[in-house]
Amino acid sequence: MRLFRAIAAVLLAMAVMAPRSWAAGIPTADRRSGFSFMGPDTQAIQNDDTSNPGMLWVKDGEALWNARAGAAGKSCADCHQDVRAGMRGVAAHYPDFDAAEGRPVDLEQRINLCRARHQQATPFAWESRELLALTALVGAQSRGLPIAPKADGRLASFIATGRDLFMQRQGQLNLACANCHDDNWDKRLAGAPITQGHASGYPEYRLEWQTLGSLQRRLRSCIAGIRAQPYPYGAPELVALELYLMQRAAGMPVETPAVRP
Amino acid sequence: MPSALINVPPKARRGDIIEIKTLMSHIMETGYRHTEGGDRVPRDIITAFSCLYNGVEVFRADLFPAISANPFFTFTTIAMDSGSFEFHWTGDNGFSETASAPITVE
Repeated sequence: MRLFRAIAAVLLAMAVMAPRSWAAGIPTADRRSGFSFMGPDTQAIQNDDTSNPGMLWVKDGEALWNARAGAAGKSCADCHQDVRAGMRGVAAHYPDFDAAEGRPVDLEQRINLCRARHQQATPFAWESRELLALTALVGAQSRGLPIAPKADGRLASFIATGRDLFMQRQGQLNLACANCHDDNWDKRLAGAPITQGHASGYPEYRLEWQTLGSLQRRLRSCIAGIRAQPYPYGAPELVALELYLMQRAAGMPVETPAVRP
Repeated sequence: MPSALINVPPKARRGDIIEIKTLMSHIMETGYRHTEGGDRVPRDIITAFSCLYNGVEVFRADLFPAISANPFFTFTTIAMDSGSFEFHWTGDNGFSETASAPITVE
């Protein structure tokens, strides 16, 4: 009996001491933005709006915001007025549920739905300068505000799908997102730090890309990196992953447009 | 017209060393890359940047294919007189952009 109790005590101690179990994710107190993994020089690029290249897209976005488009001849500003007031805090709760589509849509999809429904204009292509510019403009209006996913019951099953995808091993390397970003974020992969994978600054300027890119682009290149077949742009799986990532990063400040190496 | 971001202090005292920052939107395609079909992507870069302070050149740079997209320049000069800074970027395919920023020197 005493032996049994000792074994039980050891098992309990192991459970308590286990640094991170993949099912539990990252404790709130340990959460860190990708920003904190960067060197001071790269941080300086993001911190100064005249050196952050993402601000070029924000500036382009302002011109698009006020430009009339489509058969309706309306600009974004005609409905939403000044972007600084009308879009403050909006990006912090995307992806959000769209009742007409019956599924969650991310900010890029929302902008294109707005174009189709209200401007009667053709949607922008994924990763086009225009779509990135408008997304960056809207995203930047939430800069510094906490990521605040909506408590909407209609999202629950999609969040669960996203979480399952995050935890699911896939590809020739048989890795799940969680294997790196929950379990090994304090280590390095080759020379580069493995970050916690918090999507707090999208669309973001990656020095590797030499351009601004969406969260879907980032997810697709991660999926290619584990030698799996990336989902196409706009796929429900990618939106579900985005949705789960926002729950995971809830409360962290929005950094759009962030700069990353 | 491509976007540019310019940061010149709006006010300075005569004799002050002031820092100027410029960021120009440009893809800076090196000319060394190929498409999936094997065709060479033609070079498309900014080749020269200059800054004039009240008509006098205070900074000039030549750019080459190894310089990254959206080139950022920061440099210093001495505040002499009120007036304006003029910035010029020229490059391949007839690329030619200008921007200006005022300064008040007291």
